[in-house]
Order: sequence, then structure tokens, then C-alpha cells
Amino acid sequence: MRRNLVIGVLLSALFLMAALLSFVWTPYDHAALNIPNKLQTPNLSHLLGTDHFGRDLLSMIMVGARTSIAVAFVAVGIGMGIGVPLGLWAAARTGTLVDELIMRGNDLVFAFPSLVIAILITAIFGAGAVNAIIAIGIFNIPVFARITRGAALSLWQREFILAARVAGKNATRISVEHILPNVTNLLIVQGTIQFSLGILAEAGLSYVGLGAQPPTPSWGRMLADAQTMVSFAPHMALVPGLAIILTVLGLNLMGDGLRDYLDPRLRVARA
Amino acid sequence: MIRYALKRLLSLVISLAVASLVIFMVIEVAPGDPAAFMLGMNAQPETLAALRAELGLDVPKIERYFVWVGGLLSGDFGTSYTYRTPVSQMIGDRLWVSLPLALYALALSTIVAFPAGIYAASRRGQAGDVGVMGATQLGVAVPNFWFAMMLVLIFAINLRWFSAGGFVGWDAGVLAGLHALTLPAIALALPQAAILARVMRSALLDVLSEDFMRTARAKGLSERQALWRHGLRNALIPVLTIIGLQFSFLLAGSIIIEQVFYLPGLGRLVFQSISARDLIVVESVVMLLVFSVIIVNFIVDLAYAAVDPRLRART
Repeated sequence: MRRNLVIGVLLSALFLMAALLSFVWTPYDHAALNIPNKLQTPNLSHLLGTDHFGRDLLSMIMVGARTSIAVAFVAVGIGMGIGVPLGLWAAARTGTLVDELIMRGNDLVFAFPSLVIAILITAIFGAGAVNAIIAIGIFNIPVFARITRGAALSLWQREFILAARVAGKNATRISVEHILPNVTNLLIVQGTIQFSLGILAEAGLSYVGLGAQPPTPSWGRMLADAQTMVSFAPHMALVPGLAIILTVLGLNLMGDGLRDYLDPRLRVARA
Repeated sequence: MIRYALKRLLSLVISLAVASLVIFMVIEVAPGDPAAFMLGMNAQPETLAALRAELGLDVPKIERYFVWVGGLLSGDFGTSYTYRTPVSQMIGDRLWVSLPLALYALALSTIVAFPAGIYAASRRGQAGDVGVMGATQLGVAVPNFWFAMMLVLIFAINLRWFSAGGFVGWDAGVLAGLHALTLPAIALALPQAAILARVMRSALLDVLSEDFMRTARAKGLSERQALWRHGLRNALIPVLTIIGLQFSFLLAGSIIIEQVFYLPGLGRLVFQSISARDLIVVESVVMLLVFSVIIVNFIVDLAYAAVDPRLRART
């Protein structure tokens, strides 16, 4: 199963590098219109072809990767930053009103599909990348709160936690010093998965016009542009679609691989 | 069981109340006065005031919340600001597209995922298993709206088997309606089928290592008989839970898929209403979506508890 990890890391790294590289170099200016060169299929001067305005698709994909990665990254950050402390808190106070409130709050957020949250936020503040981040981030909070609480609950039963309690540490210190380090692996794996879901969600939101607004390039909007031209310029839809698929596939493979790699028990179980 | 059901019912009511409050507050802080939006920039203050009174915007917010919730409970969702038709009627019309679409997709994903998951589990570690698992990895990575565009390109534009978009309406006959919903349903079903197949496989694998499966084999059942008689039934419990959860993804997902196929469903209604600042419609559709998710989860919880008595004691 190590193969999954390698393929996943390579694919994810490829798009991360493309995004980073785009800050200093792209083959063409991603926003430069060049109408005479419009709708070129992939060729030597435009490796991935051009769109209906003659913009270079490879350059747009590279800059678009920035948007996708930034949105997904911050959204996962929001989810972890709020969800993990909530989960730790709920686990430390299990059975109390705090725990109940946090978990019921989680259920409530879960009842709002992320797209519905995005629609609500858009209805209030208007469309934009920042609002897409908030929408996806809010949806991530219960995910992290739930898995942190679940893992923390079983840790609280362990002897080393009992030892820490006997040593006089309070619940907050135990949560931070003993519980958190032991759920990190789990959080890394879940973070990778939420990252890939974030990229899919960003693409979906941009596609329906709720995400990044022009002139910020984004894969989802490239697909929206491609839709009316799909019959005579299918490459315009294929290129951003494959970019999304490969990135998400890479992240998922990396998440699966990391889980196997970080959890030795699973390795034994599989063998 | 009854005590458990009552407890869950209470938390259901609280969830719904909180959800409605959240939605109302969120929508009410939205900048932009619907009345001002409808009348344009040069409206006379008196006309504006008159319209606000007509739309019921001049009463205090708390009162409006209770009017809204009271209306929801009695099936009166209010009147659309822009279309001047009852919201319940608009939603009812659109629901006849969105709901069949979600159910169609759910049926498709189940039909594909069950055999795929069972096949993979019964061939664990072999080429067939690796193939199915690889396909599901790809399935969850494909954005469904992109897949939808590819379906249109292949089956509508090139092969001309289906229309590229629009909806004929159920008046044209059930088959014609289903025909129009087929491509959208396939697009919607793909990622869900991939997830479901994975869940089916791992649930079956979990069950296969149980003691009662060993007993079944020990008493002389073949591997296949043991799988069908004892394995599948026990593996179904987690699978049904996931199917329940997927319902919400399907309803939300249909909002995007409707855009690809220009289907007149709830999704298009929401987007039109947002751009027209027709808040009462947005409010009601969002509430309906959230409501259905909460209800479906409630039913799944109850069904789960009915099947597995251990769960009743836990909550």
C-alpha cells in the first residue's frame, strides 16, 4: 500500500509546485487576451491549448491551482482551528451539558449541506473566494470536532491519562499535552481528506458563480466558461476537469497512504 | 424503544427550531431591502413604505419570525416578493423535478454500488477487488458537474440519445420525464455510488471476520451461501445509514447538477431568488432542505435503533 502514498504525494506535489511556480513564472500571462489564437487545441506553443479568449490554459490552470489550494487550505484551517478545541473540550467534559451542546451543535451544522451554507452566506455577503472559504470552513468544523472527540474519549480511559491526573494536571493541560499529540495522526489524515473535499467544493461553488469572482482564475469557473463550448472545444472542459480529478485523487491516495503509514496496527491487520 | 423514540423526537423538534432561527437570522441580516430592490433607485418614499407594508416587512423582526414559522407549520410559506405567487406552490412545482432526480440518483447509486461492493469484498485482495477499489477512488475524485458535462458531450451532443438539458415535464409522460432526468441522475449518482461501494465492501469485510460467520461456514455452508444468508444482512445496517446520509448530499448536489442541465428544480429557484433578493423564497427552500435532512437522519436513527437494541441504551 506504500505505492498509494507515493503516487498521492507525487500528484499533490505536482499541483502544489505548479501553484507556487505560478507566482514567479507562467508560460503566458494568464489574463492576457489573444483573440486570434482562440480555442486552440493543445499544441507545442500552448501545451494545454487556449480558451475562447485565446488565454493560455496551462497558465490559467497554474494560477487557478493557487485559488483551489488557498481556499481548501484555509477552510481546513478553520475547521481544525475551531473543531479540534471543541472536540477536546467535549471529550474532557463528557456527559455534561457542554458536551451535549457541542455535539448537538455539530449535528445542526451537519444538517446544512455545505452548498446550502454557501448559498446562505452568498445571499448575505455576495459571492467571492472569502465567502467560499467561510462556507467550506464552517462545514469542516463538525467533522474535526467529531473525530477529535471520538478519539479523545477512548484516550481518556487510558492509564497514562490517569497518571497525568494523579500528577495533578487539570483537564485543559491533559487535553493539550497528552490528548492532542495522540490524535495528531488522525487529524493529519482527516485534514488531507477534507482538503480534497475542499478543492471539490471550491470548484463546485465557483462553477455556479458563488466562489472566486473574475478576474481571479479558478478551475470551477473555467469549467463554467467551457460549458457552452463543450461541443466544439471539449479541451476547455477536459483540462480543468482533469486538473481537479488528479489533485483530488492525489490527495485521497495520500490520505489513505498516510493512514496506513501512520497507524502501524493497520499495517499488521492488512498483512 | 418508545422512550428512545420520544427522546429523539424531542431533540428533533429542538434541532428544527434552532435551524429555523438560524436561517431566519442569517437571512434577515442580509443587506438589501427587497422592497427597495423591486422598486428601483428612484422610488418615492411613500411607495416604498406602502410596498414594505404589503410585503409585511414593516413589522418587528421577532413577530415576522413567528409569522414565518407559523406559516411553515400550516403549509403557508408566504408569498414570493417577485413572482407574487405563493412560495409553497413554487416550491411544490420545483420539488417535482428535484425530488424524483434525487431518488432516481439514489436508486442508480444503490444498484451499482451493492454488486460492486459485494464483488470486491468476496474477491478481497484479488484483481477484481483492486479494480473496483481503483474505480471508486476515481469516482470520488470526479466533480459531478464535470462528469455531467462529459455525459452531455458524449450522449447528448455526439450520440444524440438524450437531450442536453431542460425538462419536458411529467405531463409528457413518466418515461419521457425519466428520460430527461437520466443523465443528471447518472452524474449525481457517480460519487455516491463510489462511496457506497466502499462502505458496502468494508462493512462486508467486517462482518466476514465475525464469529457467527465462522459458525455458518463450520456448519457446512459454502462461502457464497454464508455471505448471502448471514453476511449481507448484517452488513446492511451501516450501509443503510450511509444511504440515509447520502440523501442530503444528493439534494444539495442536485442544486449544482440542475445548473448543468438547466432543470427547473429547487436549485435554479434558489439562484434566481438570490439574484432577485426574493428572501422569503431563499429562506423557505433552505429550510426545506435542512428540514428534510434532519427528518431523514431522524428516521435512520429510529430504524437503526429498531434493528439494533444496543443503540437505544447508548443515547
